[in-house]
Amino acid sequence: MNKWQTFTKGLIKENPTFVLLLGMCPTLGTTTSAINGMGMGVATLFVLTMSNIVISLIKNYIPGKVRIPAFIVVIASMVTVLQLCMQAYVPALYETLGVFIPLIVVNCIILGRAEAFASKNGVFSSALDGLGIGCGFTLSLTVLGTVREMLGNGSIFGYKFIAGDGILLFVLAPGAFIALGYLLVIFNKLTAKMK
Amino acid sequence: MEYFVIIISAIFVNNIVLAQFLGICPFLGVSNKVSTSLGMGAAVTFVMAITSVVAYLLQYYVLVPLGIQYMQTIVFILVIAALVQMVEIILKKVSPSLYQALGVFLPLITTNCAVLGIAILLVQKSYNLGESVVFSVATAIGFSLALVLFAGIRERLELEDLPKAMKGVPIALITAGILAMAFMGFSGLV
Repeated sequence: MNKWQTFTKGLIKENPTFVLLLGMCPTLGTTTSAINGMGMGVATLFVLTMSNIVISLIKNYIPGKVRIPAFIVVIASMVTVLQLCMQAYVPALYETLGVFIPLIVVNCIILGRAEAFASKNGVFSSALDGLGIGCGFTLSLTVLGTVREMLGNGSIFGYKFIAGDGILLFVLAPGAFIALGYLLVIFNKLTAKMK
Repeated sequence: MEYFVIIISAIFVNNIVLAQFLGICPFLGVSNKVSTSLGMGAAVTFVMAITSVVAYLLQYYVLVPLGIQYMQTIVFILVIAALVQMVEIILKKVSPSLYQALGVFLPLITTNCAVLGIAILLVQKSYNLGESVVFSVATAIGFSLALVLFAGIRERLELEDLPKAMKGVPIALITAGILAMAFMGFSGLV
């Protein structure tokens, strides 16, 4: 597999949300608007890339038996770095995303990539893999956020295009499940056609 | 009275799965049969009750006196992982029958974001020790309730003739949406 494919496979073919169905909690919990979804995606992208880089650097020094706890410590440290940075520079977004920022630690996508890719490959490929999967995650969160904001609020990225309110349900909890369910149906239809 | 409000609010109004989106992975993954979802619910209740006590003690007797609250994420996840391991070992020795029933679910709980989520939430809400325990047990009951209800619906869904693109997770998510809508009816209670 060449470098370009390492990067692009995360976007569609191994898209973490629509194909692998991983990291469902932040996907449903933070996508009340396009910008929130994107913020969460970028936060995860940062942690994923950094932890992939660090783990591929230290992979030869970690004994096999304690590798999972060691990975979790690396990931948790990266999340702490992210928490401190977000509190300093984007406190409003940090408040909105709330408990989901510390919960990036238990996002199965990150531990999954550490175990499946970063612990077996070099630094450069691991960084690319993290960037690719992270971009795929950001993309799907932004799409879901946009759909929910469009239906629920009548706006995209905060710009209103219809007067009055939308279907409020889509901003509330049930809308998250229903919107993601139907997006998956559309995604399945499209990929079935492509094959 | 305060405890009563916390219990009703945690089980119905702010249901952890259907209103707060924590613990979605086991919700979608282990909810094919009512019996397995009951086992998972019991295991989560057990672990959450212990976690809440440990998280409370760690936060107010270790992290705050040392002034290192920013280490919360790292400390909590390590302690929860160790705790789950310990519970597994103790259960195996002390009560083999309970271990038989809950054993398979215990390793899955470490990566269940509901457990870490509850530890962080009860610090955020600044509950005292009694409130923390009540809150986490009630939350876990809410989790089990959602899981068992959902499993009951899914057992029937399997027999339905669905379009191919909707089978599996998509229809499960749409069903969960409708279930969440039903739970929204409780929102006037507290």
